[in-house]
This record gives sequence, structure tokens and C-alpha cells, in this order.
Amino acid sequence: MMQWFAGGQRCLRVVSTLTALILFNALLGNFALADTGPDVAYRAFPLVGSRVAVWVAAQLHLLFAAFVLAVPLFALIIEFIGYKTGDKRYDKLAYEFVKLLSVSFSFTASFGAALTFLLIILYPKFTTYLMYVFKPTFAPYVILLFLEGIFLYSYYYGWGKFKPKTHLFLGLGLNLVGTSIMLIANAWLTFMTSPGGITESGELISTWAAVKNYTWMPINIHRIIANVCFGGSVAAAYAAFKFLQAKTDEERAHYDWMGYIGNFVAIIAFLPLPFAGYWLAKEIYAFNQTLGVTMMGGAFSWLFIIQAVMIGNLFLSANFYLWLGMGRVEGGEKYQRYVKYLVVVIVTCILIWATPRSLISTAKEMQLMGGAFHPMLGYLGVMSAKNTAVNILILSTFLSFLFYRRCGKEATVSWAKLGNLAQALIMATAACIVLFFGIYGYFVEAAVRIKFSVPQVLSVLTAMISVSAIDYFLFRGARTKPIRWGNMPIISQYTLFFLAVTFTWLMGLMGYVRSGLRLHWHVYGIMPDTSPDAFTPTLGFATQVVSVTVLIFFCFISFIFWLASLSGKQNFDGSTAEH
Amino acid sequence: MNLLMLLPVFVVIGVLYFLRVNLLVWALAWWLGCYFLITHLLKIPAPVSVVKIYMSFISLGIAAFVISDRGRWESFKKPLLRLANEKKFMPLLILLVLAGPSLAAFKVYHSMSQPIEAPSFGRTIHPAPPDEITFKGKQIDLVKSRNPFRELEVKDPEAFKQHVESGRKIYFQNCFYCHGDALNGKGMFVHGLNPLPTNFTDPGTIPMLQESFLFWRIAKGGPGLPEEGGPWMSAMPAWENFLEEDQIWDVILFLYDHTGRKPRAAEAEHG
Repeated sequence: MMQWFAGGQRCLRVVSTLTALILFNALLGNFALADTGPDVAYRAFPLVGSRVAVWVAAQLHLLFAAFVLAVPLFALIIEFIGYKTGDKRYDKLAYEFVKLLSVSFSFTASFGAALTFLLIILYPKFTTYLMYVFKPTFAPYVILLFLEGIFLYSYYYGWGKFKPKTHLFLGLGLNLVGTSIMLIANAWLTFMTSPGGITESGELISTWAAVKNYTWMPINIHRIIANVCFGGSVAAAYAAFKFLQAKTDEERAHYDWMGYIGNFVAIIAFLPLPFAGYWLAKEIYAFNQTLGVTMMGGAFSWLFIIQAVMIGNLFLSANFYLWLGMGRVEGGEKYQRYVKYLVVVIVTCILIWATPRSLISTAKEMQLMGGAFHPMLGYLGVMSAKNTAVNILILSTFLSFLFYRRCGKEATVSWAKLGNLAQALIMATAACIVLFFGIYGYFVEAAVRIKFSVPQVLSVLTAMISVSAIDYFLFRGARTKPIRWGNMPIISQYTLFFLAVTFTWLMGLMGYVRSGLRLHWHVYGIMPDTSPDAFTPTLGFATQVVSVTVLIFFCFISFIFWLASLSGKQNFDGSTAEH
Repeated sequence: MNLLMLLPVFVVIGVLYFLRVNLLVWALAWWLGCYFLITHLLKIPAPVSVVKIYMSFISLGIAAFVISDRGRWESFKKPLLRLANEKKFMPLLILLVLAGPSLAAFKVYHSMSQPIEAPSFGRTIHPAPPDEITFKGKQIDLVKSRNPFRELEVKDPEAFKQHVESGRKIYFQNCFYCHGDALNGKGMFVHGLNPLPTNFTDPGTIPMLQESFLFWRIAKGGPGLPEEGGPWMSAMPAWENFLEEDQIWDVILFLYDHTGRKPRAAEAEHG
């Protein structure tokens, strides 16, 4: 039986090797057939086409890059907290996060190389043009990439080997270098959407102006925040994976805590993300209203409905995880009674947030409504309603977090009642400001209405900062009950998986919108795409590509999780592993 | 809105509160109550697609509420476990087991027995305008163009009124057949049109747009719509074949003046 099994395995290996060789030959053959000389503008990629090949490679590269950039950021903060408080748990946690980095860094580089080769082979003319504009940025990019490797591996392998301050310095260097790499790469891709520093015929005037184009800084900010959000959620998914594998209560407690921290990082970063996205969209409109309308009102607007549904799910899941978390704290029941009100507010806001302006309706429904807009629901589809809903959603999520933080705590300061009252007043005032501008927005013209988002956002941010500050002093020296880490239902861990997959899927979807809104241009208004792939794919096809890419990413990340989990296992000879 | 529809919901909530029913009944009542309100509260019912989105989130919200606390989850499960395990509930259990497939069969029958309708398609709200268009041989930059008569509103109100009046005449000579004499998209030809003509009185239409966008839409009509986001199936003629440039700007002035709306201002220049 065993012999038969071993023979079968050998047979399988031979067949898979042969299949790989045939595929490799087919790919090479296809490239060679499509190549018509050194001056060719495009070459075809077999089976899926050039666009999909570059799209998938770029998306995978970006997802790993986002992870590699984000994890050091919050690992450094956690390590710093451990250093300041002297609590070894934080140090262990930071190291656990960093363990995921080394393989991820290799995958990022591999997908980066694949993307570069694909661009050079499939889109040589366009790649040459980008090289012409951004030539001076390549040397610093390569140097920074080397530095990133040096910092990353010193940071990882030097854990516990260097003095704490030296190690923190390495972490800081890793973050600064990583962010600089991202800023350079962002210049290339934002130039494609909102070119600057060139003449109308594409001649270079200034590389710096090309770098500092309209959408560069909004993308930088948006990506830094989104990366942290994404990195936190993937790290939380890793903790959930380990939680489900855990055999002892101690392990469960550790990974429950790790999952909580990862999710906390993700949610904290997620709260300001809509504002950063709003700024980016505003800059796209300011650069060119055609791009803006294509994105928000035209061919891509339906993708924003999907985005709204996904974001609604994210908010609900994030709150759900916090409510579940109340169960792990003694005395958490006290705050469970508010959950029903939070559910009502959050679901109401999500319904408004996800109501499309132009509704999908049958011919009969359309006749009844008198068009694609519903006479009542249509009011929920415009910016005033959306901004109001998302701001209240953020406030409600913050309130859930506040309740969670308070579970099992009893303030001992003399001004506790006054503090609570002040917090309630601040939250209520912020909600009233948001609602006031939301309703008033219906009575003013669009140019004025757009500006209302500023006081709405500021009131929410001010409320969150001031309430957090009061809370910090209010519960300093408070009577606390123990947190029973690990005492979480299994569904909470699947919620962490859901959050990670949804964040990743959203990144893929919105990345496609940002890139795809150029339509048939490589560099918008300057260099048209004349390849057979120049058409805009259908929304269904686009979402399928995004979904498959996310699936591939999670296959790779599962492999990384598995590799990371090997370090804690015994060696094959029975000795204990070092890490 | 049919506010009277709130009454039965309040009555049921009151009765359930008085009867002190368990969480399972409350959850079902909330779900059914929300469904009833979404489908009956609005005079013009919400499209099925919207009802589906709404009910999905309401279901998730109710589930999140029930599962997020052990006590609530136990209270929710308890009657279901009793139903499944206690012999006295066997007839009810059999009934419920039979009801599931029966409901599914009824749903299939119901959806198959609907009258055949023309297929619907998700029309995008605003087609993306090009940066510039050619109007009778003249290049018009849609990003930078402004209505040349708009400034008269302040500088020379009398002249402005004349342009609005000229726009009114053009509208009633050409546009009102489809867009209606009240500018609400309910002209005499409306029953033969799909998609329906734009309702200019809707605050979500012309106040959201710059005047150059309207100029493009009027000048180029259905044939000038961009390829992406199609098929548009718009019956709007290309009015550049019938009207002069000034006439189109005049009619735009009239649309805003008559509806009491202001056009969307141009974005401030990027610093």
C-alpha cells in the first residue's frame, strides 16, 4: 500500500514537472511569437492577456508591500511601549508581528521583479517613457531598497541581540526607508493619472514636478493609513489562525491579545481613512473633472456601491468584535445593554451609506419612480447623506470602543461624574454638528456643500481626541477587574479573518478604480493606450480579477503564516527550536 | 410616506413587550417589522435591489446583536433547542421542516409567474464629459468654459432676464415635449421613453453639475455619450444640429432660473 502511495507521489511529481515545463515553453513561445522586433510597443501575454497579467502582478506586489510597510510601523510602536513600560509581553508581541516580515519581504521583491519584467516585456514603449521621465528616481530607489533589506534583517535577526535603543533605532530606520520607497513608487503611478512636469506632447520639463503631481500627496497619505489598516488586519488574522491552533489556555490568551491589538491598530487606522479617501477624490476632481465624473458618477460609480456595502460590513464586523470582547472582561455586561442602540444607529447609517443615488430597478419600478432616482430614497444617495452617515458611523464605532475600554473599570477620581458628563456632551455636540451640516447641505449649492465636510470631520476628530484624553485621566488609577484573555467565542476569530479578507478585497477594488479611471490612457491625456487591452473591462470581470488576486494573496499569506508557526515547533530530532 | 403603516408595527411591539416574549421572537419581530416598513412605508415602493441590500444589513445587525453576548445567544437558542429536542413540539417541528421547502417552492412559482418585463440596466448617473468638444467647427474647452451670460446676473440684470426669456422660449419650442412644462421630466412623450428624461427639479441633477457639462449634454445629446457606461439608449437629440451656441447657453440659464437652483461652481484652482 505504502509502495503504491510512494509510486503515486513520484508519478504526480513527474506529471507536475512536465506540466510546468510545457507551460513555461508555451509562455516563452507566445512571447517570442508576439515579438515583432525591438521597437514594438506591445507584446501579448498568453491566455489572460497583458493587462490582467500586469494587473495581478501589480496588485500582489502592492499587497505584500503594504504589509511589509505597515507591520514595522506598529511593531515599532509596540516595541517602544514595551521598552517604556518594561512589560516583556509587548516585546514578545512586537517580535511575533515581525516574524511575518522576512518571507513577506522576499515575496514583495519577487512580485516587484515580476511586475518590472512584465512591464518591460509587455509594455516596452510605455515603460521606456516612464524611465525617461523618472530616470533620476531609480538610483535612490535601488539604494533605499538595499537599505530596507539591511534594516529589516538587522531588525529581525537582531531582536534581543542589540541594546533596546539601538534596536528601536533600527526599527525607525526601517520605517523611514520603507516609507521613502513607497513615496517614490507612488510618484510613478500617480503621474500616470495626473501627469505634471511635462509639456502637452509629453516632453519632460521637471522630474520633481512630475513627482509632485496633483494626486501624489493624497495617495501617499491614503496609502500610509490604509497600509496600517491592512497590515493590522492581516496580523490579526495571523493571531486568529494561531488562536484556532492553540492547545493551551496560555497560548489562546496570548493570541487573543495579539488579535485584539492587530484589530485595534486596523480600526484606529480605518477611522480616518474615509477622510483621506475624500481628499484624494477631491484632488482627482480638481485635476480633471472628467476623471472625477468617470470615477464617482460614471462607469466606475457602481464599484463605489460595492465599496459602500463592504465598508458597511467592515464597520459592523469591527463593532461586533468589540461587543464580543466585552464578554472577556468581568463587569462587561454593564455595557451590553447599550449594544441594541448602537446596532440601530450603525445599521441605519450603513443603510444610508449603501443607498445608491441611481437605483438598480426594473422598467416597471423605474416607471413608478419616474426615473432611476427614487423620490424619497434619492435624498439618501447624495453626498450630504453619505458624509453624515459615515461620520456618525465613526462616532458610533468609537463609542463601542469606549464602552469596551471601560468594561471592568471603575473610576476613582473625584470628578468622575463631571468627566462622564463632559464626554457625553462632547459626543452629543459632535453628533449634532454632523447632523446639522448634513441636513443644511440639502439647502445650499454643491460648491458650498462640499466645504461642509470639513466641520463635520473636524467635529468628529475633535470629539474622539478630547473624549480619549478625558478618558485617560478619568480611568487613571481606576479599580479594574481582570481581563480573561482567550475567553472569546470562536466566531470572533472568524470575524478577524473576515475583516482581513474584506480589507484586502477593498484595496484591490479601489486600486482598480484609481488605476482604471484613466480609461484608454497609459498617462492620462498624454500617452494613449493603443494595445488590444485598451478597453475598460466590465465591472463583473474587474471584480472577478480582484477576487482571484485576493485569493492568490491569501494562499501566499497562509504559507507565510505556516512558515512563521514552524519557528515555535520542535526540530525533527526532537530538540527545541531556537525561536 | 404612508406614516399610518407605523401604527401596526408599534402595536405589535407593544403587545410583544406586554407578553414579555423571548429574544427569538423579538429578533423575528424586528426582522419582519423592518421588512414591512421598508416595503410599505414609502408611497412609491423601493426597488427590490434596495430592499435586498437593506434586509441583508438588517439581518446582519440583528445577528450581531444576538451573537455578541453569551446571555443573549443562550436566550435565543433556548426555544430552538427545546423545539428540536422536546417530543411535545414534534408536530410543530415537522411543520417547520415542511414549511422551508414549501416556501422555497412558492418563491420559485411566484417568481416564474411574473409577467415578462423588459430587461433593466443600471444606467450611470453622470456620463463623464470629454475635456473639450467641437461645436460647429469651434473648439470648446469644457473644463475652463463658463456660461458667457452668467456674469450678467450681477452686472446687468435686465440683459440677464432677456437671456433667460430667450432660454424659456427655446425650451418650450424644443425641450418640453420630453422634459415637461414643469421641467420635471414628465413631458407628453415620456411614456415612450426609457430611460426617462431628466427631471430638472430634482436637487440631485442640475445643481450638481457645472454649466459646461449641461452644454456638452445638450449640444451632443444621446449620440455624443461616451462609450464607457453604455448602452445609454438615450433619445436626446444632438441639439448642435438645431441650435446656436448662445441659444444653448440661454436655455441653460433658464433651467437654473426656473428651478431656483444654482449651477455647481468650478473647483478652486489647485495651489
